[in-house]
Parts: sequence; structure tokens; C-alpha cells
Amino acid sequence: MITLKQVQKSYFNTATPLQVLKGIDMHVAEGEFVSIMGSSGSGKSTLLNILGILDDYDSGSYELAGTLVKNLSQTTAARYRNRFLGFVFQSFNLLPFKTAQENVALPLYYQKVSRSKRNQIALEYLDKVGIRDWAHHLPAELSGGQKQRVAIARALISKPRVVLADEPTGALDSVTSQEVINLFRQINRDEKLTMLVVTHENEVAAQTDRIIRLKDGQILLNE
Amino acid sequence: MFELDKWQEIWGTITRNKLRTFLTMFGVFWGIFMLMIMLGSGKGLENGVMDGFNGVSKNAVFVWGQTTTMAYGGLLPGRFVEMSNADVAAIKAGCKNLDILSPRNQLGGWRGGNLVTRKGKTSPFTVYGDYSEIAFIQSFKITSGRFLNPFDLSENRKVAVIGDQVAKILFDSTEVPIGDYIYIKGVYFQVIGTFKTLQQGGDAERESNSIYVPFTTFQKAFNYGDDVSWFCMTPKEGYSAEALESEVKAMLSSRLRIHPDDSNAIGAWNTEKEFNKLNGLFSGIGAFVWVVGIGTLLAGIIGVSNIMLIVVKERTREIGIRKALGATPWSITSLILQEAVVITTLAGYTGLVLGIGLMEGLNIMLQGQETEMFKRPEINLQIAFASLVVIVFGGLLAGLIPARKAASITPIEALRNE
Ligand SMILES: Nc1ncnc2c1ncn2[C@@H]1O[C@H](COP(=O)(O)OP(=O)(O)O)[C@@H](O)[C@H]1O
Ligand SMILES: [Mg+2]
Repeated sequence: MITLKQVQKSYFNTATPLQVLKGIDMHVAEGEFVSIMGSSGSGKSTLLNILGILDDYDSGSYELAGTLVKNLSQTTAARYRNRFLGFVFQSFNLLPFKTAQENVALPLYYQKVSRSKRNQIALEYLDKVGIRDWAHHLPAELSGGQKQRVAIARALISKPRVVLADEPTGALDSVTSQEVINLFRQINRDEKLTMLVVTHENEVAAQTDRIIRLKDGQILLNE
Repeated sequence: MFELDKWQEIWGTITRNKLRTFLTMFGVFWGIFMLMIMLGSGKGLENGVMDGFNGVSKNAVFVWGQTTTMAYGGLLPGRFVEMSNADVAAIKAGCKNLDILSPRNQLGGWRGGNLVTRKGKTSPFTVYGDYSEIAFIQSFKITSGRFLNPFDLSENRKVAVIGDQVAKILFDSTEVPIGDYIYIKGVYFQVIGTFKTLQQGGDAERESNSIYVPFTTFQKAFNYGDDVSWFCMTPKEGYSAEALESEVKAMLSSRLRIHPDDSNAIGAWNTEKEFNKLNGLFSGIGAFVWVVGIGTLLAGIIGVSNIMLIVVKERTREIGIRKALGATPWSITSLILQEAVVITTLAGYTGLVLGIGLMEGLNIMLQGQETEMFKRPEINLQIAFASLVVIVFGGLLAGLIPARKAASITPIEALRNE
């Protein structure tokens, strides 16, 4: 599903150019549930942003579902994100003025699905993550765990091929974290979704199929 | 781009921060509102002043004799210049630009002697001896009977056309003036018509207290011989009243043996000069209104642009999230542009409607009132419509910079500060 070959990435907006990814080779098969670990600043988020086509890379190649992802126009990148990828962030990134249901429905808005249709689908997905009753609440009225469930429902609603999560449990207590991981596992199993989760928690990583360890922009261990 | 869903998104953001939206809109609203008020007021002032020209053609020339101040051709200064029927004939024959020449004599005048009586009633009226052509220079509405005609003049008929005020004073409301007689300085004249003046203010008062009799009858009845007090003239179409005035003055000077440089000997006045002066004044006012109005409007539009820029900055994270979820740059650009257009159009349209409404209200209130300097403050609908187009365009312009800024937001930058 995902194949990286010698992917390099540097930031040039710093005093001296900063090479963050120093040639990443990796492969993730369809339906795999992989965690990415590494110390802070090792380049995990940078890697995930490239995988999510939120950022460009300098050299190497990235193939997503057999398509080379390189030098895409902003519009094409937006379409790929919308159709193939789902995102879950540490800080949820819900729109504060939209209800849980409207937040979940947002990706379908950019697919030009009609309002009533996408709201109905959003409700199904809220049901799937177990917070259907909170559909009409604003994010501020939800707990951290509930917010992350909304975010997960939003990531799933466009039926993506890959879900990318950057420290999805970073802002949650251990009980809630476990619930979220259980949800991920369940989705991975039921929907046969490919999932990449960045985390620094060993308990989380231990429950995934495979751990990729990053250090100083290189893959240390691929177990 | 204009589907219902998008409107709901825009409506959402506009209503989310009501105070800011209101303040933004107020700038544009005020700009267009003031422009409408200034345009209407300018027009009202113009109408009020220009109505003063009603009843007199806008290129009329009046020429009369005064006193010489320079010796010429053996004649001493201080001589009173008298014009005669022969001068009328000579000018009619010799002046190519002349359209109408209507010589005139005048008796009495406002607050002059009591010349006119009927059945013991008397009042100081002005009596004009005129040709029927005067009707092309000084227009009035005949309210009953008819005006003087060429036969009245050729047959020296003792007939009179009287102003509405004259009829009111000399006749009871039950009496019919037409066919009846009035007594002017020892001579009976039969009333053949009554008129109502189209002039305004003081001129109107004088005119409605006037009586017109045939010029020829006047000269005979009141012993004027060949004397002519005034020439009332208009130039042929396409010629200026100013040129006609100097041409006639020059001709009269040579005929009446007046020094060519004696500027006091012949008095003259033309409406064209006055009219042009006022026209100039009002185009000046018009230009001023536009400069100020467009300036205010521009300030409003810049205000919209400024606030939209702040809004975009505040919404960086939201825009980043939307982009991560699949919003294309164009969908973000058009969202911001539409928002700016909606805000400016809504505000501008409100200002337009209220401004026009206020002017119309004023117009209705002023109707039937005797105001002199301010009348019919209307707004040209074409101008109003054009302003609306300008507002929408201005909104688009106002949204351009913020929209480009919004489109250039990258999701990673927006989402980084976690
Ligand atoms: N936009 C950026 N500009 C410059 N440097 C960056 C940028 N994003 C990340 N970095 C730097 O790149 C390195 C890797 O960052 P990141 O991928 O966020 O690490 P991680 O997620 O593993 O903590 C860090 O040293 C960070 O300071
Ligand atoms: Mg990170």
C-alpha cells in the first residue's frame, strides 16, 4: 500500500539547512497496522506529513496504492487527501463551531455530497465509534476521548485507504487511550484499513502489528 | 461555486461574529448611504435653483437704452439713449443670428402708480406692450381665453391678457374676466385671456401682477410714438446669446451714434450667461460629491479587506484543517471572496435602499411646499444601479488579498502549533 524509497527531506527555513529525513526506505502492506516510534525531534511527524501528502519531500520516491506521489499540484494533493487518506491528530483539530455530526461530515462536503446525505452517513460513523448520542454537541461539550472518537469518525467517513494518526493518545489518560487503541484495532480488523500510528507509548506500540523505530531521520529498527 | 451548501457555510461565518460583521458592514453602508444623500441633495439644490429659470428661455437676451458717458459724433455725454421702431426693423433685417425679436414697452411697475382700475377696484399693476412672439421667450400657462395674436397687433386692438393675481384683485370670484373691460390710464381694454406664470419667487409675484396689451396699441394709447423701451430676443439655434448680445449692441451703437467704447450707453442682460455660471457651479458640486462619495466608499471597502485579513489570520487553523480534509485552494479562495462580496453587497444595498428611501421621503415631504432653494431631491436610478455594481466589484476587490492569503495557508503550518 505504501512504499518509500530513499526519501529525504530537509528544512531550509532554519539558520543552517536541517536534514530531518536522511533516506527512508519502508513498505507497509495493505491492511497492516503499524506504529512509528522515536524520540522527540526524530522526524516522525515530518514522515507522517509526507505520507499524508501534507508536505513535499526532496528526493526519493513515495508510492501510495501504486501511484507515485511527487510534485503534485495543491488541487490534486487535496483530492488525494480527501479520497485516500484519513487523519487523526493529537489535538483532535475539530472545528469548534460545528457539531460533532457536522465535523464528521466535513470531508464529504468536499466530495460534494448533499447535506442530508452526508449528515446521515456522519450519524452512522458516530454510531460506529460509539458516540451517536453526542451528535449534536459542540466539541467544547465533549471529553478528550469523545473528541478523539469524533476525529476518528471524520477520518473514516470518506472510506480512505490509509489512516494516519500522529500521537492520537498523546492528550488522553491511559484508560481512554486504551479505548481509542481498541477502536483502532477494531477498525483495522473490520474495515481492512491500513493504519500508521505515531506514538511514544510502548503500550500503544505493543498492540500494533509492527513497530518502525526512527532515530535522527533514519529507520533504526523495522521489526 | 454558488451551491446552497456554500451559502450556508458563508452565512455561518458571517453570523458567528455578529459585532465584527456589523462594524465591517457599517463602513460600506455609510459610504453608499452618504453618497446617495449627497447625490440627492445636490440634485435637490440644482432643481431648486434651476427652476428659477422656468418661464424664461435659457438663451434670452434683453437690451435697453441707458445714458451715454462719452461724447461722440458731435453729441454731448449724458444723453438718454432712445430706441425706436426703426431700430427694430433694422436689427431684424441686419442681424443674421437673430431668431425672435420682440420689442417691449412698459408702464408703471410693481409699487408704481395705480394705473389700472375696474369698478372702483384699483391696484398697481405692470402693463407691458408686447408682440405675440414674447410667448416664445417668457412662457406662461394660459388659464382661460387666449394670448395676443398678430391680428391684435396689426389692427391695434384694445385687448389685454391679465395675470392670475390681476384677475383675482379686479374681479370677484363669481365674475368671468374674459370679455369684460379694464381701464388703463384713461383707455378701456377688453380682457381676452388670463395666464399663470411659470416663474418662481419674486419674478413670479411680479409676473402674476402683470397685464399684456398689443405693442402697437400701447404706443398709440399711451402716446409713446415710435419709442421702444426694450428688445427681448433669442438667437437662432446653435448660436450663443452672448454673441447675439454683442452684435445687437454694436449695431445699435452705430445707428444711435454712440461711442463704440461707451459701455454704459446700452444695458443688456442674457440668461445664458447666468445659466452657464450655475451649470458650472453644479458640475463642480457634482464632481465634489463623487470625489467625496467614492472616497468614503473606498475607505469602507478597504475596511472590509482589512477585517477579512484579520479574520483569515484568526481562521488559519480552521483553513488548515479544511485543507487537510480535502479543501482545494480554490474552494478556500472562493469562500473568502464570496464572504467579502456578500458582506459588501448586503451593506451597500442596505445603504442604497435607505439612502434612496430617505431622499424619496424628503421629496414627498417637500411636495406642495413653497421652497425656493431645494426641490425634488431625486436620485438617478441608473446611477444607483451603477453604484450597486461598483459595490459588488469593490467587495470582490476587498476579498482578493485576504482570499489569496487564505489559499496560501499550508495545513502543516496551520496544524503545527499543537
Ligand atoms: N516546518 C519546519 N521548519 C523547520 N524545522 C522543522 C519544521 N518542522 C519540523 N522541524 C524540525 O524537524 C525536526 C523533526 O521534527 P518532527 O518531525 O516534528 O519530529 P517529531 O514529530 O519526531 O518530534 C525537529 O528538529 C523540528 O524542529
Ligand atoms: Mg511530532
